[in-house]
Amino acid sequence: MKRWLIAFLFLVLPAMAQGRDTLTIGITQYPSTFHPNIDSMAAKSYVLGFARRPVTAYDAEWRVTCLLCETLPTLENGLAVRERTPDGKDGIAVTWVLREGLRWGDGTPLTTEDLRFAWEAGRESTTGFGPAEFYRSAYEFTAHDARRFTIRFDKVTFEFASLGDFAPLPAHLERERWRADPRAYRSRTLYDTEPANPGLWNGPYRITAVQPGAGVTLERNEHWSGPPPHFRRIQVRTVENTASLEAQLLAGQVDMVAGELGLPVEQASALMRRTGSRFHVEYKPGLIYEHVDLRLDHPALSDRRVRQALLHALDRPQIVARLFEGRQTVAHSTVNPLDWVHEAATRQYAHDPARAVALLEEAGWRPGPNGIRVNASGERLSFELMTTAGNRSREAVQQVIQAQWRAVGVEARIRNEPPRVLFGESLSRRRFGGAAMYAWISAPEGVPRTSLHSEEIPSAERNWAGQNYTGFRNEEMNALLEALPQELDREKRRDMWRRLQAVYADELPALPLWFRQDAHLWPRWLEGVRPTGHLNSSTLWAEEWRAR
Amino acid sequence: MAGALILRRLAQIAVTTAILSLCAFLLIGLMPGDPIDLAIAGDPRLSAEDAARMRALHGLDQPLLARYLAWAQSVLGGNFGHSRLFAQPVSALLGPALLSTLELLGLALLLAVGAGVGLGALAALRPRWSGPVQALALAAQAMPTFWLGLLLIILFAVTLGWLPAGGAEGGWRFLLLPVVTLAFANLAAYTRHSAAALTAALAEPHIRTARAKGASEARVLWRHAWPNAAVPVIAVAALDAGALVSGALVTETVFARPGMGKLIFDAVMGSDFNLALLALLVVAVVTMLATLAADLIQRWLDPRLA
Repeated sequence: MKRWLIAFLFLVLPAMAQGRDTLTIGITQYPSTFHPNIDSMAAKSYVLGFARRPVTAYDAEWRVTCLLCETLPTLENGLAVRERTPDGKDGIAVTWVLREGLRWGDGTPLTTEDLRFAWEAGRESTTGFGPAEFYRSAYEFTAHDARRFTIRFDKVTFEFASLGDFAPLPAHLERERWRADPRAYRSRTLYDTEPANPGLWNGPYRITAVQPGAGVTLERNEHWSGPPPHFRRIQVRTVENTASLEAQLLAGQVDMVAGELGLPVEQASALMRRTGSRFHVEYKPGLIYEHVDLRLDHPALSDRRVRQALLHALDRPQIVARLFEGRQTVAHSTVNPLDWVHEAATRQYAHDPARAVALLEEAGWRPGPNGIRVNASGERLSFELMTTAGNRSREAVQQVIQAQWRAVGVEARIRNEPPRVLFGESLSRRRFGGAAMYAWISAPEGVPRTSLHSEEIPSAERNWAGQNYTGFRNEEMNALLEALPQELDREKRRDMWRRLQAVYADELPALPLWFRQDAHLWPRWLEGVRPTGHLNSSTLWAEEWRAR
Repeated sequence: MAGALILRRLAQIAVTTAILSLCAFLLIGLMPGDPIDLAIAGDPRLSAEDAARMRALHGLDQPLLARYLAWAQSVLGGNFGHSRLFAQPVSALLGPALLSTLELLGLALLLAVGAGVGLGALAALRPRWSGPVQALALAAQAMPTFWLGLLLIILFAVTLGWLPAGGAEGGWRFLLLPVVTLAFANLAAYTRHSAAALTAALAEPHIRTARAKGASEARVLWRHAWPNAAVPVIAVAALDAGALVSGALVTETVFARPGMGKLIFDAVMGSDFNLALLALLVVAVVTMLATLAADLIQRWLDPRLA
């Protein structure tokens, strides 16, 4: 009997293990490009997390960590040195050393030449890389040898050790294409014309097949020098409709749904109730900040007391409990509680309709006809409340907000627009009629300059550039936003962040709602997935994923 | 005679296509927000300087008409441009999407026409079946496609596990549910037109003569009545040919199947000019050619139309 059992296990266990050498993942978006340095989108970050490694990244604990480098540069270890730039500005020279044995998927060693090429391409403005602030600041690149390189920056920021999205590009494959015509490089890069070329990838997996709009197949990269990944093949399937994605999960066509681009938390919770213990779900609070922007030049909303009253009138914990099954983190400022700079003592606005009424009375808004408050001139306390049409959860929240404001005598007239109209016209041209509910995505310790500095208020003179849609002007906030990035002392920075959150909570240029949580669903047999909650997705550590 | 008609209609198609391309370009260009606005909304790190640089790089700082002329010149030179959304040449994207859509909608159309004509014939020949057939047609017309699609997925993929819930891996198993969903949605039009046309045709004097000569019911129906009844059905099928190429957005979305419908929707919403324009023009040209083909078939079936 025992012999039969051993024979059975001998035959069956390897077969089971082999059955789990492929992992199929469902996501709701398809990457618009596979080039690491062109454009930025969550789907690309997720897929490329398997196939390439940046030099540094934020880990699951939201700390900068080395992925391709040996040690993070600091002033103390001498790898970062403050200095003067040739034109006399405060600058910094930062040195990284690449880990030994790094190779591209075709076996070519990954060296500082690949980073030099990425820097050269980024410095050339016609190449068409997205956010170029890094390249504008990094004015000199020096390769000391194949593994050691120094970048000189013309300004000092606390993030000097992080190379962000700056990733090596395979110079042996891409340099000549780029040199031939930098302007056309964007459409000629091998990343998009021949994404299955193994030489493009330096991660534990490499892309082997692409089906535009439908999915990506990745297989083990035999030249990966890190710990070998468990799964032989990863299939990332794009299913934009979340009901269909859920059906594919239940039908066993996809094994897991990525939280970064997956089911809304309320749908995931409902699914878990129906399926019991079939899947494991992990809710990870992220850096997507849902809020209501207020137009500060609106006659009523320009009064801080009115804005404070609006927030006191909202029962955010109740909304989260009822609409999202308690799966969102109520926000009190732009800073996520998981961020080390979060200040718990920041002023909080509890649901307090009586306090809201008192503030509105104090601001001169008295009860009027039909229950809507009016001021001394007889003007109604009424404005438009906009959000992205078709976003069911936002539209549901909007209804509750409208009702809760109505209870204290404030009329919010709902007017929704498709995302491209809301973002491309109403917000960016500041044409929204009072309030707009949407989300910002940021990075750990991301300084919100673009949304809060008065220089970032969009206007015709500035060709509508900038994202300070509320029109917020505050000298102290401006000073903090300018000083924060340059402050290297963590304790001093913490004080500045404390002050920033206090000013935000007092002034309320926008009403904080919550930080969205991601629902990561995976099968019980999968382990090692560590959701991060930010744009450096869990796939950057895919070599740790295992089938039980 | 037919040759002159074809030449005249082809010239009309060319002029219409040119006018359509200008209208479509202007309409998409006048929609609020450009691709850079959309990129900024998704990435707060994009500075004002980045936005200006990207607009210049993509030519979005040029007047709309100048951009149209540049695009038209490029297309006439055989270069259809690059898709901004998928980072691929437009021609490389359209081919597979068109094939996938033709496969899905072609089969759905065949099934819908076959079943619709069959049911229509049943209703015309057996009046007691007319009620149930009309009820079925009404149900098919009233049922939203996405709902039917989800019901079929829940039954056949999730509960029974017989068929995949979606995807485009290839093979009949992936096609069955979306084809049935789409065919059912289109069933009503063919059933009603066939039933009405066959009922009218069966009342014609030549049918009585055929029956008097001893022709079987099947011969009477298909040899004598159907050629006359087919004319309106072919007109409906020709109009559906445009939809055949423009895809079925809802079905493609529910079954996660890439195709022209999804491609056009994404291109228009994402301000992907090159892709949206070419895809829309392909749809327009195919619709016009299908209408021409239908006209020719109708003239062949009924020489009085010539």
